[in-house]
Amino acid sequence: MTALITAEQLSYSYPVRGLVLDQVNMSLYANERVSLEGSNGAGKTTFLNLLVGLNKPKSGRVIAFGRERSVEADFVEVRANAGFLFQDPDDQLFCPTVLEDVAFGPLNQGKSMDESKQIATEVLECLGMVGFEERVTHQLSGGEKRLITLAAVLAMRPQVLLLDEPSNALDKAARLRLIDVLNNLPQAMIIISHEPSFLDALVTRRTRLERGKIIDA
Amino acid sequence: MPQFLEHSMTAWRGQQVEHQQSWVDRFDPRAKVLAMAMFALIVVFSKILWLPLMGLVIAFCFALSASLNLRRTLRRMIAMDMFVVVMVVMLPFTTPGTAMFHIWGLPATYEGFEYAISIALKANAVVLALLALVGTLEASTLGHTLGRLRVPEKLVHLLLFTVRYLDVISREYRRMRKAMKARAFVPRNTLHTWRSFGYLVGMLLVRSLERSERIYAAMKCRGYCGKLYLLDSMQWQMRDTLLLIAMAVFAVFAIISGAYIA
Repeated sequence: MTALITAEQLSYSYPVRGLVLDQVNMSLYANERVSLEGSNGAGKTTFLNLLVGLNKPKSGRVIAFGRERSVEADFVEVRANAGFLFQDPDDQLFCPTVLEDVAFGPLNQGKSMDESKQIATEVLECLGMVGFEERVTHQLSGGEKRLITLAAVLAMRPQVLLLDEPSNALDKAARLRLIDVLNNLPQAMIIISHEPSFLDALVTRRTRLERGKIIDA
Repeated sequence: MPQFLEHSMTAWRGQQVEHQQSWVDRFDPRAKVLAMAMFALIVVFSKILWLPLMGLVIAFCFALSASLNLRRTLRRMIAMDMFVVVMVVMLPFTTPGTAMFHIWGLPATYEGFEYAISIALKANAVVLALLALVGTLEASTLGHTLGRLRVPEKLVHLLLFTVRYLDVISREYRRMRKAMKARAFVPRNTLHTWRSFGYLVGMLLVRSLERSERIYAAMKCRGYCGKLYLLDSMQWQMRDTLLLIAMAVFAVFAIISGAYIA
């Protein structure tokens, strides 16, 4: 079976923090939900950024969806297929209303206005967020914001989800709901989290980022 | 979008919560903005006094029919009139012409006085009409409207993002301010105070910049390549055309009456 996304010998360093990723190897296969654990500042978010081309690796290769990806134009396609959920929902929700925000991705993919609204409505329905279409994004609660950003990512119909601390600052009910939603999604996922109980409920394989390397845990 | 920005303190609020729905709200936002632009041009370029006065009466009618909140509107008008008052005091002394009276040997002229009155009338007429016609639009609707009217996309994006993030930034400011208070910071006229406020503003700038980079990254992740799509349903109707025709009639009337001939 071929991997959906493979990182080969990826290295990355920051000017002040120094080398955070040191020839990292990792693959994600279909139907997998992989955890990515590690201490603060270990480079977990950086690693996901590299996978979708938001940062440029110092060396190494990213092979995604059957092709090596190296320049910005390659990554446009990767980003459409690998939905990236950011740590802070406020960074992701920038449209005034929920419907506009969820429809933003499909519109960028060239879908028509009606089609995009249709997709947005379907995704919201699938996540149990019917009735939120006209709500103002920054007035939502933390849990609601999280689910709307997930809807916004899912609206692009990705094959892979990259989740950066999705359970951050969620209360118990919201976390249980998120676990339930994620468990019912068909996409392969990489999940960054510090919460063992959250990961236990979701992942099929566990990895750790330690001293610049990703190792099985 | 019904409750846009209604909880924020600094964000530019729509008046949705503050004023009752009226027939002015039923106009297409594009018609309102266009009519406003025409009105402002007609009034501002006038070289005689009674046209701005008439404009003020018309603006007053707009304000009444838009059922504006009286206190809010007054507060905004007074804020602008502060500047106007300064001009009304200064202009008679700085414009050459026939002297009306003297203060400390300085002549106050009739011409300067007339000039000041005309500026005061024009400013009040335009601002009142602006509050009635454009002020009743929500900020994001105004952004969409300008987009539909083919205002350069970059400016529209700038407006929409400002509307969206003003509130986030102000919340960040209040959070940091609270954190300062929690550590017993009391503003005084000391170097420490000024330095701390400097840090506060500097940190706010740095955080905003970093946030803007994260937002841009998030947008790229969802396939953004320079184009924002506006989802709205504006419907141009008969009454919108009528509003513009009424404005055009006012313009023709102003031209014929010789308001633009010195």
